[in-house]
Order: sequence, then structure tokens, then C-alpha cells
Amino acid sequence: MLYREAGDFKKSYAEDSQTFPLKLDRYGYYAILAIAFLVVPFVINDYWASAVLIPFLIWSIAALGLNILTGYCGQLSLGTGGFMAVGAYAAYKLMTSFPDLNIMIIVLLSGAITAGVGVLFGLPSLRIKGFYLAVATLAAQFFLVWLFNKFEWFYNYSASGQISAPTREMFGFEVTGATASASSKYLFCLVLVVLMAWIARNLTRGRIGRSWMAIRDMDIAAEIIGVNPLKAKLTAFAVSSFFVGVAGSLIFTVYLGAVDVGDTFGIQKSFLVLFMIIIGGLGSILGSFIGAAFLVLMPVLLKNIMVGFLGWPSDIASHLELVIIGFLIMLTLILEPHGVAQLWRVTKQKLRLWPFPH
Amino acid sequence: MSDGYVTPDGRTIGGKVLEMRNITLRFGGVVAIKDISFDIREGEIRAIIGPNGAGKSSMLNVINGFYHPQEGEILFHGEVRKPMKPFQIAQQGVARTFQNIALFKGMSTLDNIMTGRFTHMKTNIFSQMIWKGPAEREEQENREIVEKVIDFLEIQAIRKTPVGALPYGLQKRVELGRALAAQPKLLLLDEPMAGMNVEEKEDMSRFILDVNDEFGTTITLIEHDMGVVMDISDRVVVMDYGKKIGDGTPDEVRNNQDVIDAYLGVDHG
Repeated sequence: MLYREAGDFKKSYAEDSQTFPLKLDRYGYYAILAIAFLVVPFVINDYWASAVLIPFLIWSIAALGLNILTGYCGQLSLGTGGFMAVGAYAAYKLMTSFPDLNIMIIVLLSGAITAGVGVLFGLPSLRIKGFYLAVATLAAQFFLVWLFNKFEWFYNYSASGQISAPTREMFGFEVTGATASASSKYLFCLVLVVLMAWIARNLTRGRIGRSWMAIRDMDIAAEIIGVNPLKAKLTAFAVSSFFVGVAGSLIFTVYLGAVDVGDTFGIQKSFLVLFMIIIGGLGSILGSFIGAAFLVLMPVLLKNIMVGFLGWPSDIASHLELVIIGFLIMLTLILEPHGVAQLWRVTKQKLRLWPFPH
Repeated sequence: MSDGYVTPDGRTIGGKVLEMRNITLRFGGVVAIKDISFDIREGEIRAIIGPNGAGKSSMLNVINGFYHPQEGEILFHGEVRKPMKPFQIAQQGVARTFQNIALFKGMSTLDNIMTGRFTHMKTNIFSQMIWKGPAEREEQENREIVEKVIDFLEIQAIRKTPVGALPYGLQKRVELGRALAAQPKLLLLDEPMAGMNVEEKEDMSRFILDVNDEFGTTITLIEHDMGVVMDISDRVVVMDYGKKIGDGTPDEVRNNQDVIDAYLGVDHG
């Protein structure tokens, strides 16, 4: 009764295939956008920006990226951390080589460079599948981290081996560097998230998205209807790496400001993003956001409860945090193997009929 | 019969769409297909029959490029076809269904059939990203064609249902829909009626005849149900142990001594 589609008639195929076919969903989406753009920037503070909102936004982009590759195209990748590093180092080299280039262009260009690297490491996917491909992408992870440590050119021969982001402005507001304000950083990330989610949705609803899903569900049948498997897989790698590269460059430029490749983009980050999409829901855009929210917000919440509220020592809290997160992951997988997004879908289905059983 | 013929029910059959010349296919020492030649003509329903293991499915796999024969040549619309990948052959206008249903289980009926339009959709990745404009227009145009296929197969009610949740007979129908959406020049059906009950078989036979009749689609099918094959096909190729033992109209084949021997066995007494 609360949430229904009855009376919400579609008069054209365009209306039928829109992103939010139900009025309630559509208005909910507009409301969230309005709050995110018009309210949050004015009430945000440094803590909320750096602990919660900015990491959530950036990891959402990474999760969207991996979800395109793994959730939509069925190619398991453990190289996400390495590709994020490519995005970060590309952004660093671009920022230092072209000081006048707009930061938005730099971020998108770093994504494009990562897309190229992703295609290169996606080439084996034509011959190997499943676990074996995962191992091949794992090699990419370790190789890329090693590469950025080994060759000093990548970090401009700095003594510390780290890269640090110079200050850059957008419309007169600093978005990178130590003095950038929380709200401008937040808005910069938010614009990119909205843009990337829009691109992800458009790609997955059309010809190319269907070719990815066809390869995922049954590659032989995909080939029989004219999908070139190499092309489909490589576009998935390219688009996925583009997203992941943008996320990596944002982590470096906007979020952390300085990066040590092994710490920030290690193998555990590859697993983190993989967990995000598994928990959130494979092959679901909403799921990418839910997964990112879950794994970014849950540790913060638990820490606040245990240290701030219960007054426990922070080392015990951080250990317990791992235990609880692990437990929650297992619980989600047992109760809903298709991720929280599926749970949401089922709930919506129930709400449509509520309070009637059928 | 070099330039087509007229069927008993009055349909005119045209020239050769596909011609197989002396095809031999070996897997190591096993000869799956031995020196087989036959042709498929425009607008006809051509059946390939034979006992289990006769090489029928291998034949379809040769036609759509999964297997490459060691000897012989394949002519498509009169031109010798170079060895091609299955997706390139699909782009030439050859569609098929599988013996074991090969649908995209994670997608809805509509998306499955829309995937059949893949070879007809051309917008590049950047317009796909923007969606508004060319990509959306193309999607809508193809959606209209797909909706016609959906109407034709009477599966409007399951448009948005994930295909994994559908019963077997409907899945077969969706798979036929996906192949039809491609508007193929040659449609290959690998046992379209396997595992169906009589009603479902009747439905499927009707769809096959209607496809042929309404769209003039050339159809090649493998089927075990002799009653169906003899009823709906114009010409039949009979295979046994990789060899062709009969070729002709259903009546000719029915009275062919080799065919009778293969199906009923030979008296060794």
C-alpha cells in the first residue's frame, strides 16, 4: 500500500526503461541528490568529511568500477589496489608536469591512463577464466606496487618515496592540498560520484552492458549472437579501470594528499573493494554504494560505540572491530548471498503488496 | 533443382543460402563427419536427422563456426567462407538455439531478447555513456523490433521476469526469441522440441512454421521426433555415423532403404 506501481502507467518504451520506474523511487532519488548538494556542504565539518563522507564517495567509485568488471562482466579481479595506484601516480605525474591543468581534467585523465593499463592486464582474460584470472590480476597488483616503488621517476625522485599532492583550485576553491576546506573537497568528490554512477548506469543498461552480462552468464551463447568476447571483456576492463583509476587519483589528491604506494594501495585494498561489491550486491549499482557504505561506515560506527561510548581502550576496540566486521560479512553472505541490494529488492517487492500477502 | 523449387504447399524456395561441400571433421582419430555435402536453400525448412552420435550437432557447430572442418568448404550465399569465429558468423546473419538451453540466466526475458539485437546495434561506447541521444534512440528502435518478437511468441507476460525462474518450455521459447530478434538469414535450431510435452511441441512447431511463413526465414533444425520432422520440414538430411545416408523430401527419405536400416536395424540373420 505504501509503495506501489499501480496507476503508474508507462506510455513509451523510454518511460518503461527509465532508471527509477516508480514515482516514489524517483522522488527519493531527487531528494537524496538535493540534500547531498544543497544541505550537506553547509553543515559538513572536517571530521565528517575525512572520516565518513569523502571515503564513502571515493570507495563507491572504486566499487562501481570493480562491479562493472566482476559483477556485470563476470571477470574476477584482485588488482583493484594496483589500478588505484596507477590512477594516483598518473594524477601525481600530471599535476607536477602540467601545473596549469584543471584538477577535474587531471582526475579524468588519470582514469583514462588507468583504463589503458587495465586493458593491458585484461588481455589474458581471453584465455583464462575464474580463479586463474584472479591470480593473473593478483600479479598485476604486486607488479604495479613494485613498479611505483622501484622507479624513482614515478615519485619525482623525492627522498621519502612518497608522492604528495600540490594545491589545486576549482572555481576558485581549493580542492586539494592541506588547506582545502571540507565542503569543497566533498562537493568535488560528489560531482564525480554522480557523474560516474550515471555513466555506469548508462553503460550497463544498453548494448555494451548487455554484452558484458551475456559474457558473464554464458560466453558461448554470447558469441553465437555476435558478441566478440575479446572486445566485450576488454571494454569491461577499460571502463572498470577508468573508474578505479579515478577513485585512486581522488584518494591521493583529495582525500589523503600524500601517499605511500604499499600502504595505501596494497593487496588488502583489492580485497576491501571486492568485499564491498560482494556484500552490496554483484551486478548492482545500488549495491556498489551499499557495500562501500557498509565497509566505510561500519568501522567508524563501531569505533565510536566502543571507544567513544563504552570507553574501551582503542587497541581492543580495533581488534574487536575486525572480528565484528568479519562476522557481519559472513552473516550477510549466509543470509543473502546476492548482497544487500537483493535484500532491498525483496523488501520493495514486499512493500508493494503490504499489507496483503499476495 | 538448381534454382529452387516449389513445395507441395505452394511456397517458392529460392537459391542456396549455404552449401556444404565434402565436409570432413575429425577429433583426433575419431571421424565425426565424413565427406558430407548438402545445401540449404532460401526460405526452406531443412531438417537434419539421425540416431544419437550421428554428428548432427557437430554439423551445426561447423555451420556456425565452433568447429573448423579439416576438409571441405562452406559456401555462404555462393561465396567460399573463410574460417571465421562464431561471432563473425553471427554478424553475417546466422543465429541459433542450443540443445541445452543457453540463455543468460541473470537477465530478464526482455534483456535476453534485446541481446539478440546486438549485431544490429552500432552506437559507440561514448554515446552509450551519455545515453540521451543516439544510444537511447537506437535502444528504442530495437526495443520495438524486440516487442514484435515478444508479441509473436506470446510471452508478453514474462517480459520482465528473470529467465532462470521460467519453466523449461518458456525458456526454449525465449531462446527462440533471442535468435529471431537477430532477424537472421539462416536460423539453426538444435533440438527445439527436446524434452517438451505434446502441447509444447505443437506450440513450438507452430512458431517454427510461422517464422518461416511470416518472415521467410530459412531454418535448419535438428530434431528427434520423426512425426514433427516429417510434418514441418521441406527437405531432410539423414546422417548416421558421420555419413550422409539420405537427402530429400520427407517422403523420399521415408522410403530410403539405408534410412530404414539405420533406424530399424538390419537383419543379420
